[in-house]
Amino acid sequence: MARDGAIQFAEMTSVEQLSPGLTNEQQPGRYRLRQGDGDRLFDWNHGPQGVKPHCFSPREVLWSEQGEPLRFQPRLPAQAPIALVGVRACDLAALSIQDKHFLHADAPDPHYRQRREQLLLIGVDCAHSAETCFCVSTGDGPALDGGYDIGISELDEGFLLWPGSDKGQTITDRLALQPADDRQLESMLRISTQAAEEQQRSLPQPAELRRLYRRLEHSHWQDVADRCLACGNCTAVCPTCFCYDTGHEMSLDGENAQMVRQWDSCFSAGHSYMAGLLVRANVLQRYRQWLTHKLAGWQEQQGRTGCTGCGRCISWCPVGIDLTQEAAAILREGSVDV
Amino acid sequence: MSDLYLPRTAVIDQRTQESPTIFTLRMQFEDDHAQQAFDFSPGQFNMVTLFGVGEIAISIVNDPQDSHFFDHTIRVVGRVSEGMSGLRPGDRVGIRGPFGRGWPLDEARGKDVLLVTGGLGCAPLVSVIRYLMNRRDQFGHITILQGVKHSSDLIWREQYDIWSREHEVKVLLAADVVTREWRGQQGMVTELIGELNLRIGRAIALLCGPELMMMAAIANLRSMGLADNQIWFSMERNMQCGVGQCGHCQIGPKYVCRDGPVFCYSELADFMGTKGF
Amino acid sequence: MNRQKPKLAVHKFSSCDGCQLALLNLGEPLLQLPDLVDIVHFAEAGPCESDAEVDISLVEGSISTPEDVRRIRQVRENSRFLVALGVCATYGGLQALANFNDRDAWMSAIYPQPQRIDILPTSKGVSDYVKVDLQLQGCPVNSAQVLNALRDLLSGMKPSVAIQSVCLECKRNGVACVLVSKGEPCMGPVTLAGCGALCPANGRGCYGCYGPSELVNDASLAHRFEALGLDPQAVTRRFRFIANNAAAFKAAGDRLEGDPHER
Repeated sequence: MARDGAIQFAEMTSVEQLSPGLTNEQQPGRYRLRQGDGDRLFDWNHGPQGVKPHCFSPREVLWSEQGEPLRFQPRLPAQAPIALVGVRACDLAALSIQDKHFLHADAPDPHYRQRREQLLLIGVDCAHSAETCFCVSTGDGPALDGGYDIGISELDEGFLLWPGSDKGQTITDRLALQPADDRQLESMLRISTQAAEEQQRSLPQPAELRRLYRRLEHSHWQDVADRCLACGNCTAVCPTCFCYDTGHEMSLDGENAQMVRQWDSCFSAGHSYMAGLLVRANVLQRYRQWLTHKLAGWQEQQGRTGCTGCGRCISWCPVGIDLTQEAAAILREGSVDV
Repeated sequence: MSDLYLPRTAVIDQRTQESPTIFTLRMQFEDDHAQQAFDFSPGQFNMVTLFGVGEIAISIVNDPQDSHFFDHTIRVVGRVSEGMSGLRPGDRVGIRGPFGRGWPLDEARGKDVLLVTGGLGCAPLVSVIRYLMNRRDQFGHITILQGVKHSSDLIWREQYDIWSREHEVKVLLAADVVTREWRGQQGMVTELIGELNLRIGRAIALLCGPELMMMAAIANLRSMGLADNQIWFSMERNMQCGVGQCGHCQIGPKYVCRDGPVFCYSELADFMGTKGF
Repeated sequence: MNRQKPKLAVHKFSSCDGCQLALLNLGEPLLQLPDLVDIVHFAEAGPCESDAEVDISLVEGSISTPEDVRRIRQVRENSRFLVALGVCATYGGLQALANFNDRDAWMSAIYPQPQRIDILPTSKGVSDYVKVDLQLQGCPVNSAQVLNALRDLLSGMKPSVAIQSVCLECKRNGVACVLVSKGEPCMGPVTLAGCGALCPANGRGCYGCYGPSELVNDASLAHRFEALGLDPQAVTRRFRFIANNAAAFKAAGDRLEGDPHER
């Protein structure tokens, strides 16, 4: 729902809280909600956050400790079940990337898991693309493709609903639904095809992006660094960025303490700090770390890039830096691999 | 499911001051079962928590066959290590680990082993040196090159003396700045490499220390014909989780905490020497 | 530290008392504080022993008069650990704006007897005069941050302060960027975190009261502010405001004033 001038996930008690006809206008460094003519509930694309904060908490206690004698107590989150309504394909793809990161077999994160297991995901096909969307080129949208419990496509005359999981099925079974007819299924297809055709941006293909690691000395990195504020907004809104920082917080009387983790960013000084040395001391090195990891490093780590084409890093960058353009510029013909 | 972030309590048994800023803590898990189950490989590290202050990655320096305790040699470099320097026998810390990939022992078995360390960065190599010394029959010639900035920085002098008396073990020491009683060489440890008679083809090199020193050593070794996959080194980065999740320690696509801290040169060749990785 | 409770003093220099008020606003922890420290000087709260030797001094306000200089040297001498509290003590505060102007002209225009005013030609932060062990910025200072620092000091640890932009705190708090969604000229991207993104959380742009973050790309942000409709003077004033005397903001202000078109 709309809050502080943006679409955000917030607790809903009535369908009235959704704003019919609400759309969003997204450009590099600019986001505005607009009241459109229609009365569709899901004509917008997304706000500053995807599913990420609901599994990977922006700030949480990992454990607590007492000093005398030293004892450690687990502090797993008590997460009540929660349904997220209106999740888009790009964000479901991002969630599956985060699942792989936080729940991989060697070291599953119990805090992430606890929150993740409580989610019911109601996905919606995008009916439009924002100017900053490029999920078609990453293969992650705009139509839903798995990862949801119930899928929705919004037509002029109502909603098409289908289960995407057993959990979703038990819910759809209880609803008095009419079977969709061929015309409705055609409309559904047409809507997402149209959304796909609206997209103006695209990301180079993965094999091409792996070459970013061969262009670490390209002059364009400095060009981006001249514009980049190193504020970390891109990493905070990115639905796949997972870096976090941990630190102890002691009680005032010094008897107890707790280990707190919070979102970190490869744009912050502490990220590469070790014993008096900053591995990445300037904006160029930090932006290069972010882009090469997101688009190239991730491929080796997870078998795909860390980008699902949501375009948030473009819209929510205060100075409108566009990763599709920056990546393309660095990979452009004529510049030389090393 | 076990909580991979939750430390277990360990008790300090012994504290040894190695130099004004370096000390070793010998400890064991409070829980006997945890101690018995603790199994590590040389080159691996633990995350050590000081109550209320912080958690840092520290390599384990003893031989894994010591089953009743484990040792951490710590240099005071920040607020957590500074706080830890105040720990005394009977005090407790939190331990998570062991983490990471250690030295390539199977790869080294049957070969001549060259160990090169510089600065104060010898701790990650100490466990493997002890491992080699305790299993002399499994390895060929052993050469230890230890370089320090100032001759007074050298710790474990007696240990080096003892090691140098072993069969087919050579210990060479170098210091940039020397005092009168120094018996080693003056200069860079990397200069000593050129003087070695490496049996290329049956040698493996294990390096640890400042990155510039390691890169110089790698360049020397490669020019002498040592293959990239026979050059191994231990890297240091900001490590917070130990399990490849917090993201800080990445060098290109590698997590130092999970894929390392010991790497083969061929794995990181693209990034070594590129500022910012 | 021995069994005796550590001694704490809160000193005021050229300032509005807001940082002291922020401490008084702590609520419950404030009541716990006397169990842990012996507060020997805190004029705003009662205790008045300004010359006492203490373990920790919290200093509010800038150094703006010859008397301030004398007194801060005395406080330094009397304190084991000195914390500069708030933007006045860390960078000279709003009153440092006078450094850019002709003080005498202003004083004769405003005061009937300017000759009775004894001030220095500049207003600066405490660290320009004595060694400061910890800087906690803000207008006012974030009292929770002060408490964290005190807690670290009481357990014998050096306090640590996260070096990052306000934006990271802002996003962690679930606030939608006001620059992007409202076109507010927000200083968050170049401002040090610590306040909890107080202003953006209330729908306003950050005004930079914590002073510069680690890396300040003022040219790029200034360019953006102009695109949002601010004229060059207004852009300069964003940097030359409450933390105008902090090195990176001062340099930015000088650059922007120098030639607004050459960016």
